[in-house]
Amino acid sequence: MARLVVMGGGVSGHTAATFAKKWLGKEHEVVVVTPNSQWNWIPSNIWVGVGEMQKEDVIFPLAPVYEKAGIDYRQAKAVSIHPEGKEDDDTPFITIEYTGQNKKGQTDELTYDYLINATGPKLNFDATPGLGDGNGQMGSHTVSVCTADHAVHANEELQKIFDKAKAGERQKILVGTGHGLCTCQGAAFEYIFNIEHEAKEAGVRDMIDIKWISNESFLGDFGMGGLHMKVGGYVVSSNLFAESLFAERNVPWIIGAHVSKVEEGKVHYELLDGTTGVEEFDFAMLIPPFAGVGLKAFAKDGSDITSKIFAPNGFMKVDANYNAGSYENWKASDWPRTYQNPDYKNIFAVGIAFAPPHLISKPAQSVNGTPINPTPPRTGMPAGIIGKAVAHSVCDLIKNGENAKLHEASMAEMGAACVASAGKGVLDGTAAAMTVYPVVPDFEKYPGTGRDTTYTYGEVGLAGHWIKHILHYMFIYKAKLYPGWTLIPE
Amino acid sequence: MEHEKNFQKNDQFALTMIPGGFAKKMRTCIIFQIFRFIVINLKMLVVVSKSH
Ligand SMILES: Cc1cc2nc3c(=O)[nH]c(=O)nc-3n(C[C@H](O)[C@H](O)[C@H](O)COP(=O)(O)OP(=O)(O)OC[C@H]3O[C@@H](n4cnc5c(N)ncnc54)[C@H](O)[C@@H]3O)c2cc1C
Repeated sequence: MARLVVMGGGVSGHTAATFAKKWLGKEHEVVVVTPNSQWNWIPSNIWVGVGEMQKEDVIFPLAPVYEKAGIDYRQAKAVSIHPEGKEDDDTPFITIEYTGQNKKGQTDELTYDYLINATGPKLNFDATPGLGDGNGQMGSHTVSVCTADHAVHANEELQKIFDKAKAGERQKILVGTGHGLCTCQGAAFEYIFNIEHEAKEAGVRDMIDIKWISNESFLGDFGMGGLHMKVGGYVVSSNLFAESLFAERNVPWIIGAHVSKVEEGKVHYELLDGTTGVEEFDFAMLIPPFAGVGLKAFAKDGSDITSKIFAPNGFMKVDANYNAGSYENWKASDWPRTYQNPDYKNIFAVGIAFAPPHLISKPAQSVNGTPINPTPPRTGMPAGIIGKAVAHSVCDLIKNGENAKLHEASMAEMGAACVASAGKGVLDGTAAAMTVYPVVPDFEKYPGTGRDTTYTYGEVGLAGHWIKHILHYMFIYKAKLYPGWTLIPE
Repeated sequence: MEHEKNFQKNDQFALTMIPGGFAKKMRTCIIFQIFRFIVINLKMLVVVSKSH
């Protein structure tokens, strides 16, 4: 009997663990180590953040799902990886620290034959003074929608703003990224449009100034270097598409901004041209930068090999080309295909946990040398597809031996769908639905735009909004492993 | 024209495009949107199948 341990029960880890268990059956063991007791459909946190959904609508308990699937669930966080075992035993293992199951604080060792790292991001609030509380958590000046609890808090604060606006007090809302190296602009983009929609619905739009601040060098970069799409017979840049959405809603923007400090009601920022500025706010939702979750790794003799397995940003090294050099030399083939760690072939990293070879957007820094560029997004669809491909590889390795061919899922051959909806009503909401193919541009295959413009497109309307709703229910249905779950694509 | 007012509100807005009345109406026109729903879903299915 072989044992697969999956660290992280989010989008990619849950996908990997559930498919692996289905394919491996009772003969082999699948263990999920994850600190959360609830699964969260993160994209719908946006609706929680404006009060259109409750926390309960976007989460469900993991324990019954894993029990039904026959997965050994440990509510714990992984702390360290020991890929060579210890002095007297070659069996690789990880150390874990329980966060629940009546064992909170207890530590344990868990041996593995195969290990999947799906630990996602550490929300690195403390990278920006004042954005964090100095202890790794979100500070008190701004809000976030990155977790369901954050989103509940964001909505409470937002409603206070609406109340003040109703009482005749003019309010300022700022939404965007809280550091020069943030990713996940799409989430902030969706949140700002939802706030704008809700302000209109509440009849207070005229009393609220809403502004965007982000580290993108142009609006519509989205961490993907922007994209070109077919609209009205033209192939246009996402820059025009995004600017149009903002202009239509009377939302001005500050771009190319590194937020350097946050204080009560104030954001300090530096722009690409080196100038600095201060923006005041009554309510701000700023996405924190992401880092790896801080796992350590040790060799057989106990020496620290963290830097061998992980990149400096804490994400795990996989089969990517980390020596691609400068922007001019970047290629689609730099991106990983199998997500296998080059040093330890029984370790894989999926979703946000793997270290990308480089940015997708063109690197930029301010004249003062501060890097200000979005880091590559690894959204839900790629995270799920990669999780499934790696689960497939591990199952083949277990069943067919260590020479089994690995399954491939390169982000340079994979699309992503992003639906940013505003509002929740079936007839009055609209959404900007965008599809990009491939996520990482391939200028050799698609000269000019780097992408297939038949499948890279965006449009605004009710249709996208309906799709967003359907995706919400469909993905929660799938994650709960209800009948036919395997038929629902990632 | 109501929708053109925003061009004047900010220098940034003046350099982009803003949808007119017809484009806005089509966004919530049920029949057109049902058609778009089918088209977007088909395109997304192709993207999903190309990605696996
Ligand atoms: C507000 C918001 C909106 C978004 N909207 C969209 C959208 O509309 N479409 C889209 O495609 N994507 C969207 N995304 C991105 C999407 O949520 C991520 O791409 C996806 O969650 C990444 O999956 P993952 O498994 O890598 O990480 P996660 O889903 O974050 O999962 C990581 C898991 O690892 C666990 N973990 C952390 N530390 C440890 C540890 N030490 N040991 C064990 N486990 C650990 C965490 O608790 C978590 O369960 C959005 C993101 C945000 C924040």
